[in-house]
Amino acid sequence: MDYFDILVSILGSTIRLSIPLLFTALAGLFSERAGIFDIGLEGKMLAAAFASACLAYVTGNPWLGLLGGIAVSIIFSLIHGFASITNRGNQIVSGVALNFVAAGLTIVLGQAWFSQGGRTPQLAGDARFSPITLPGVDLMRDVPYLGPLYVNVISGNNILTYLAFAAVPLSWWVLFRTRFGLRLRAVGENPGAVDTAGISVTFLRYRAVIVAGFLCGFSGAYLSIAQSAAFIKDMSAGKGYIALAALIFAKWKPVPVMFACLLFGFLDAFANFMQGKAVPGIGEVPVQIFQALPYVLTCILLAGFIGIAHPPKAGGVPYTKER
Amino acid sequence: MAVSVIRPLHVRRPEKERQRRVSQHPAIELVGIDKSFGTVHANKNINLKVEKGTIHGIIGENGAGKSTLMSILYGFYQADRGEIRIDGKPLTIRDSQAAIAAGIGMVHQHFMLVENFTVLENIMLGAEGGQLLAKGVAGARKELKRLETDYGLDVDPDAVIEDLPVGKQQRVEILKALYRSADILILDEPTGVLTPAEADHLFKVLKVLRDQGKTVILITHKLREIMAITDDVSVMRRGEMVATRKTAETTVEELAELMVGRRVLLRVEKGEPRPGKVLMSVKNLTVKDSRGVTMVDDVSFEVREGEIVGIAGVAGNGQSELLEAIAGIRKPASGEILLDGQPIAGADPARLRALGLAHIPEDRHHMGLVLKFEEYENAVLGYHRDPRYGKGGLLDLKAIRAEAAEKIEKYDIRPPNPRLKTANFSGGNQQKIVVAREIERDPKALIIGQPTRGVDIGAIEFIHRRIVEMRDAGKAILVVSVELDEIRSLSDRILVMFAGKVVGEKTAEAGEQTLGLMMAGIAA
Repeated sequence: MDYFDILVSILGSTIRLSIPLLFTALAGLFSERAGIFDIGLEGKMLAAAFASACLAYVTGNPWLGLLGGIAVSIIFSLIHGFASITNRGNQIVSGVALNFVAAGLTIVLGQAWFSQGGRTPQLAGDARFSPITLPGVDLMRDVPYLGPLYVNVISGNNILTYLAFAAVPLSWWVLFRTRFGLRLRAVGENPGAVDTAGISVTFLRYRAVIVAGFLCGFSGAYLSIAQSAAFIKDMSAGKGYIALAALIFAKWKPVPVMFACLLFGFLDAFANFMQGKAVPGIGEVPVQIFQALPYVLTCILLAGFIGIAHPPKAGGVPYTKER
Repeated sequence: MAVSVIRPLHVRRPEKERQRRVSQHPAIELVGIDKSFGTVHANKNINLKVEKGTIHGIIGENGAGKSTLMSILYGFYQADRGEIRIDGKPLTIRDSQAAIAAGIGMVHQHFMLVENFTVLENIMLGAEGGQLLAKGVAGARKELKRLETDYGLDVDPDAVIEDLPVGKQQRVEILKALYRSADILILDEPTGVLTPAEADHLFKVLKVLRDQGKTVILITHKLREIMAITDDVSVMRRGEMVATRKTAETTVEELAELMVGRRVLLRVEKGEPRPGKVLMSVKNLTVKDSRGVTMVDDVSFEVREGEIVGIAGVAGNGQSELLEAIAGIRKPASGEILLDGQPIAGADPARLRALGLAHIPEDRHHMGLVLKFEEYENAVLGYHRDPRYGKGGLLDLKAIRAEAAEKIEKYDIRPPNPRLKTANFSGGNQQKIVVAREIERDPKALIIGQPTRGVDIGAIEFIHRRIVEMRDAGKAILVVSVELDEIRSLSDRILVMFAGKVVGEKTAEAGEQTLGLMMAGIAA
């Protein structure tokens, strides 16, 4: 394999590994921009992955699986909303609790329903989202450099991948060009301004967390019925937290969120590639070092090496009218 | 989301406005408004009439119920009983949206602005004129332009709020209300954050608004403002509306008495100062803030025994950093501070206390008190190492509580309960807790930031008297306040700070205008 082939292969897997991060980070973007911290992204993703796998298995239709994932994820969002918006509870505690609920419930239900140790049954080919071949692949195949990139990186992904990238400009447009977006950003900065303008803070924040649930549904479905063909216990494996880190790294802006997710995806892909390979001049390096890279980077980023990240000012603070 | 009922007014509604002028109903009539929060009876059977096209002042001490009453009018709270009539018609105001629809606009004490939004975005928020922003923007710009020419309220629509000075931010709040075609404008303590010049400008704007037929309600606790600008004034005390007067037919003294319920001394009574030797001196002091910006720039002055030196200035001109540097909270970048001949620059607060320097901080909530502590705990905060209060790491609670009870009695702190959580005391009483703690240690020098911010008139009088007593006992006192009246009535000498420098020194007799110009950096 020459270096270019290696690059193409790593880029291809970068895309695949970035997608769940991207959906999840965009979900966090909507929630946190509205002032609701969401550490429960991880749990929502996991619950959605489980629900998608179950429904896709039962119905044989990936779209119904996706819908199921979205529904379950939105239910989780509403619980988070009920705790933190309606009852003004601590948003971190509520999110962590939901993560535990998701981790436990998926295993228990999975075991009860399918008796495969928490796994769901393997999906048949058409019950999951399969790779799509974009037009022109045959023509492009022989073009030097661009050809392999087009064929192996841009083409050949499943529909959710393309939706994820489409969601980036769409999120930007919603946040910065619509009335809903203006109000959502305002409520995350100064809910008092929204309230005195005669807009319901509660309803606005509920809508924001529902959007977050909707997007997490996609990331869960991607894990279990696009990237894999079954739900495996704990398959989100901390991606929800990495997505949060990407969100902070990107300073709560949609387009930088995409690049941050791609960066984390790339590190992950690189770690996979380095398994069992010798580093020139050093020799074989334990693969754990590469696997730790995304987490090390997260620590470095969160410790403030990216300059000060200003979260939405009212983030994490329940809104109470003051006397 | 319910579709916004607010119609951004891009065209005037001449017909409606004419009708309004013709009808002779009061703009607002409140009948028997009553509101309780738990056991607190915030508004008791309030009756109020505000005539159209007037500026109506509502005055009262902190906690008198002014803000609650206005929050009811603006739909933030529902009254338990009573009726609101707007233009003669009874109206239920369920939420702010209903208030806005009824033509009521409010400028809050703490601005309700999104700081990282532009002026235009803030004004459009809640009245965007459609699902997509692009649609409303052109109309909003046009309307802003019209408001600018009609009322002389110019602001750059594309400026970001956090980059604007407070005076301009307030203007945006007023524009927000006018943009929603408010006929009645409520302003809650609008001058608290303004320079004297900005306040004057605000008053001019309010007069223009009145002359154009708008009704203005001004909530304040500053008597001077009431006299300067209102047509009528209503006084609230302990949740009741105790009187309404024509401003021209009343006096400051009468209003003060109505507010407090007894005669109060508005001027600080003090004799001639008898300054002794120099006790505190600051030499070429430079202080930087956490971002490295120079906030205090090569400042030198002295404070003698038995005198009060006041530092006047608009908030944010380095006074806070100066205080913090002297109090040992912030390390100066360069320069010297001497207390009784000893260099103290960079010493920590505990050592400064031991040397006889007491500090009443500007912000009692952030620095002076731990609000969740009980009163007696705060009464010894910072002096807890004193052997009188315990030995070997254990506190002698009995001794501490006994002393706290003594101070409560001496300073008339209410309610007189050392076991009450500090957050449950009123602003004035909280300030008295801090004042008692610092003064009763009998320090040699006392530095005070905002001695009476958010404190009611009765407590102001008390605290001022204590400070003068300290002076007469030969202490050196440095007072920083953004209230020019307070500086003028307390100080024996006045230093004015602007942009980190002391731009001049005046005697207490200096006129308000002279000082005001110096504070704005115009004259020295």
